[in-house]
Amino acid sequence: MPFIASTKTKPTYDVIVVGSGAAGGQTAYVLAAAGVKVLMLEAGRRYDPVEETQMFNTPHHAPLRGAATPDKPFGFFDATVGGGWRVPGEPYMIQRGASASGWEEAKDTNVATDQNFLWWRSRMLGGRTNHWGRFSFRMGEYDFKPRRRDGLGIDWPFEYHDLAPYYDKVESLIGVFGSNEGLENTPNSSPGVLLPPPKPRAYELLTQKICAKLGIPVIPSHVAILSQRQDHQRIPKWLHPDSPAMQKALADNMQTRLACMWATACGRGCAIKANYQSTTVHLPPALATGNLDIITDAMVREVSVDSAGRATGVYYVDKPTRTDCHVNARVVVLAASGCESARILLNSQSAHFRDGLANSSGKVGRYLMDTVGASLGGQIPVLENLPIHNEDGAMTMHLYMPWWKYKEQQAGKLDFPRGYHIEFGGGRSMPEAGTFGGLEAYTGGSYGKQFKEDLRRYYGSFVYFSGRGEMIPNEQSFCELDPNKKDAWGIPVLRFHWQWSEHEQRQAAHMQKTFAEIIEAMGGRVTSPPQLDGRKAIYPAGSIIHEVGTTCMGDDPKTSVLNQFSQAWDVKNLFVTDGGPFVSNADKNPTLTIMANAWRATDYLLDELRKGNLG
Amino acid sequence: MNHPLPQRLPRRAAIKWMLAASATISLLDWRSFGASAGPAKGYGLDPNLLETYNPGDLWPLTLTEPQRRTATALCDVILPADGKSPAASELHVVDFIDEWISAPYEEQQHHREVVVAGLAWLENESAKRFRQSFADLAATQQHAICDDICFAPKAAPEFRTAATFFSVFRNLTAGGFYTTPAGWKDVGYVGNVALDHFAGPPPEVLQRLGLS
Repeated sequence: MPFIASTKTKPTYDVIVVGSGAAGGQTAYVLAAAGVKVLMLEAGRRYDPVEETQMFNTPHHAPLRGAATPDKPFGFFDATVGGGWRVPGEPYMIQRGASASGWEEAKDTNVATDQNFLWWRSRMLGGRTNHWGRFSFRMGEYDFKPRRRDGLGIDWPFEYHDLAPYYDKVESLIGVFGSNEGLENTPNSSPGVLLPPPKPRAYELLTQKICAKLGIPVIPSHVAILSQRQDHQRIPKWLHPDSPAMQKALADNMQTRLACMWATACGRGCAIKANYQSTTVHLPPALATGNLDIITDAMVREVSVDSAGRATGVYYVDKPTRTDCHVNARVVVLAASGCESARILLNSQSAHFRDGLANSSGKVGRYLMDTVGASLGGQIPVLENLPIHNEDGAMTMHLYMPWWKYKEQQAGKLDFPRGYHIEFGGGRSMPEAGTFGGLEAYTGGSYGKQFKEDLRRYYGSFVYFSGRGEMIPNEQSFCELDPNKKDAWGIPVLRFHWQWSEHEQRQAAHMQKTFAEIIEAMGGRVTSPPQLDGRKAIYPAGSIIHEVGTTCMGDDPKTSVLNQFSQAWDVKNLFVTDGGPFVSNADKNPTLTIMANAWRATDYLLDELRKGNLG
Repeated sequence: MNHPLPQRLPRRAAIKWMLAASATISLLDWRSFGASAGPAKGYGLDPNLLETYNPGDLWPLTLTEPQRRTATALCDVILPADGKSPAASELHVVDFIDEWISAPYEEQQHHREVVVAGLAWLENESAKRFRQSFADLAATQQHAICDDICFAPKAAPEFRTAATFFSVFRNLTAGGFYTTPAGWKDVGYVGNVALDHFAGPPPEVLQRLGLS
């Protein structure tokens, strides 16, 4: 215990949580803290970054010097296990090209792909939290009510202030560095919640100075990394005032987490637990309560229901034995990722629910969203030959640019709605296999001693800008079951429909224009001409890995799958707490909001459970 | 070969080169993304990350002894010893190149064709011009050949294929060289060490950038 085999389950649980990432981890954490008996099912293997991350190994120790391959698309040391743009034995179906008609199995790991959607999955405890970028931006007031503001898209059934306390709680629990700047639609955290941001790097300060002239704010980033150790005396008491046991469990775990040592990439996993991963932050204290059992390698295929149409548990495939299992619970929570949770619902067909569970609205799988992405690099002469110094830092950006053109947009001066923030990087980071490749345009094809001199000169002189923008949900972007294809476990798979609108494409073109302006203002040269055709500038759908939508929440059971507490309208004892409930996908990376929403939903679940409303 | 910089990268790839690579877009990285995922014959989706890997551990190597000799000589022409760092051969860069072109992934398989054919061309050209193997040529003779193929945009038509090879080979040589401790020292990468706090740039850097 508490990692158990399929043969060791209890006769029944209070709650089953499907998935162990940001959503599953947060949900199980809150449930276990409240003394509820929880079973977590994870489709991938058990994983512990403390045991599996050799933090200071360098490319020199890795195959191909750590370079990305189809097996490890983010490089050899990336924490992802058993996943990527493809999962062996678990296909999904896509269409190719503009006039695509037929369906085929997705196989590309190629971002110049004409696949209409790329779906990143991992099969490991903690899911995608093990390698994610850890940017933790709050959605703002406008972001929850976008339709009220500009008439497009869908409003959330609650306001920012409903979620604000949960943002405070999540940030305190996981540890987020950043600052409160009081900018429009860029919410402050409550005092004492954020950890201090690290000092900016040289190229970040230079960018900040130049952007000030362009009217672009450059402020400390918000990242789920401990810039200092957490206050293990204050925070557990504040988060769990009624549970001394949970206070202790959390305080104990906080004391095992060290502050960032300003070296090695977070995407490898963090052996000192300085960053947020579900596996090091959510799961250990939840397990310590004794209220959580976890079964790994358990691939859930269906939610079971009784004759009254209530959820009774789930069916899953125990992968090691290839046996079909069932486990009972009073409540089922899906937290398997937006698309995977939609897939489970669509596969849960019965006499009561012929089109899948919780789907009387027909909206399961609908309004799938990703983030608008585009990027451009520049070579900045003033950064050449800088004195040697260590720029590793938190291995991710210390500064960023929040969306800043609200006023111009409202005045009708922009040709697209909604905004984007800018992430940027560069500097004297660890040389990798490809770092010094393809420099001919700068070196004129030098070799020999001159080549060595050229590389010393150009190392650290490049800066890269990436936009992350809001996509508005549309009727043409969704997933559904493929009528024929099944995976290795006999479970019907998803197929994807996708269409960007002009809103997203114009935004991507605007990003390119902005990046070029910044680079030129820095006295630099763009590494390639800005792509002003938005259709070409925008990254392929799914590639930003901000998979949200698919089980939309709302005020009306006819047009939404879930109510404002992520509870299914059709099945009272069924919840979805991952990215599925999102009805807008603001430029703010979704993980923090997934966790805050999951916490709020789980508080409601607990309340309803206590009242006897969930069975 | 003058590779255009990719307009489109997957998010983590972009972050990876944005944040982890500091020179221009990594040719090797982005092209590996271009490979479609065939049957996994490489290290798979769950390799042991705790081990140290050496060329030849995971898949058989390609180069014959004569090919290795030519490749080693070319590596040293591209990155010779100077006052700051040793020659590529001292850092066993050719072993990395052999591992790379032997890997069972589409991009590396493509590089295998380019490199094996390029090394053969180099030997032919050396014999044609100087009647000796490339590795035995004087430096001036080696440079005479390399000057014709070192920059694809300016290479004569008859040298364009060889220039493509040279570009790939130079990228690989730099990849193998600057991922070693000696290569890091050469360009002044001083990270990958645990720090109590992150100090930010030193005063002389701020001064140079007009930020102090």
